[in-house]
Amino acid sequence: MNIFRRTIPLIIAFCLGIVMIFRYYVPHQSAEDLLTKYGEWVRIIGGFSIVLGLYSLFFTHYTKIKRGMPGWGYSIFVFIGFAVMVFLGLIKEFETFLSIISGKLIDVTSPFGSWEKSLTGTSYDWIYQYIFNACGATMFSILAFYIASAAYRTFRIRSVEATILLLAAVIIMIARVPIGGLISHWIPDLADWIMEVPNLAAKRGVLLGMCLGSISTALRIIFGIERGYLGGGE
Amino acid sequence: MIKFLLNIDRRIIFILVLLALIIPLKSQIFNMPVKPTSTVEKIYKKIESLSQGSIFLLSSDYDPQSRAELYPMHIALLRHCFRKNIKVISMTHWIYGVGIAEEALKKASAEYNKKDGEDYVFLGWKPGFAMLIIGMGQDLYSAYPTDYYGKNTRDIPMLKNVASLRDIDYMIDLAAGATIEPWIIYGSDVYKFEMGAGCTAISAPDMYPFMQTKQLNGLLGGMKGAADYETLLEKGTLVGENLTLEEKTNLAREAMRPLTAVHLLIIILVIMCNILYLLTREKK
Repeated sequence: MNIFRRTIPLIIAFCLGIVMIFRYYVPHQSAEDLLTKYGEWVRIIGGFSIVLGLYSLFFTHYTKIKRGMPGWGYSIFVFIGFAVMVFLGLIKEFETFLSIISGKLIDVTSPFGSWEKSLTGTSYDWIYQYIFNACGATMFSILAFYIASAAYRTFRIRSVEATILLLAAVIIMIARVPIGGLISHWIPDLADWIMEVPNLAAKRGVLLGMCLGSISTALRIIFGIERGYLGGGE
Repeated sequence: MIKFLLNIDRRIIFILVLLALIIPLKSQIFNMPVKPTSTVEKIYKKIESLSQGSIFLLSSDYDPQSRAELYPMHIALLRHCFRKNIKVISMTHWIYGVGIAEEALKKASAEYNKKDGEDYVFLGWKPGFAMLIIGMGQDLYSAYPTDYYGKNTRDIPMLKNVASLRDIDYMIDLAAGATIEPWIIYGSDVYKFEMGAGCTAISAPDMYPFMQTKQLNGLLGGMKGAADYETLLEKGTLVGENLTLEEKTNLAREAMRPLTAVHLLIIILVIMCNILYLLTREKK
């Protein structure tokens, strides 16, 4: 069985890796067609990851409920939320289908009532607009409060490096709101210099390091040195 | 006293932040003119230079969590394009962003009486990410056989002369994550179209290397970037041309007031805590 678990995947990775590297340097239509086919395969296989993700999600939360683990009540909402959104999503698709065959857009008012004049669209849209949108924005906006508290506690001039970091942060913060330019044109100019010189140099270094790391990892996978993606460990 | 202030209850800071947000929202305090930055001006000028009927691709790769920062620039860009009669192709790589992309497109198109299929197209979401970009570069109709509403892309009048990404005149990626780099690597560098970007303020520093290499012609960074764009859009209004009520609604410029207040609050808090910290260190 080792041949199916190890040898064949390694051969596939090696052959495809080498072919796709050399394809880049072949200015011929067949090389482009190969890339198109490859892209289609990647997208199809990628679609299957949704099934795997769902299985993993359901299994984790089902186990949590079954064992009565702390916070198991929240796991019930995973199933309720999923069922509701799938049901409403299918209805939405059905409405879209109807609108296509009838040749006109159907304007369905939310079942929750027309208490807001602009409230039109399917129930799916309603939930997206007034629950998902609002909850997502709320979760992210909480960050502002934590950042303010964290800045107060941690931004201290304990060393020369910390002082430089603090000064840069203050300049950027003041320059990125209109008041910075009103105090002096030097503030936005200084902020631009920080972004375009020290920041750019550091980011470019990080970027080059990342790219070299990606290339070396890709080569390790192609030549079978890195085998973590095969899973297992036997 | 110093010890108390240094270890102040975080709930007091939360209340201060809340007040710094609410008071400027409800009043005109910190209402200041916005001076556009050069990175934003470059994007504005590029769209301004496009002729009527040019093809503009807008990839809105963000979800409701980043809506506050990216939606204002999304609307401002669409308004600019529709005002100049530029054709817009809208799409997203983020499945949770489909609703926002559709909402923005419907809102802006309604303001200018633009029609789906003639003035704009919404392609929706598809899996594949980098491979989808490559697919669009090779054959747009194969990558997207239908638009979001199920219409055959080959039959859509606006897409008649848009067979691939090579036919795009300009593109902007509005990103909350790492989608700008793939658009550069697999899109603009390979299929040779000019590109700009809009991103959250926290991601903006990452984009500067791409601007220096001209792989990005400009950048809208966070709420300030959007406010800059709204300012340019208003300044660019022709003499005698009246702005519609919707156009006067500048989401980002409205947000500049609470943003200024919170930035100032954080700076004051940081300075205060450092003075207190130095005082305790001297005592020791």
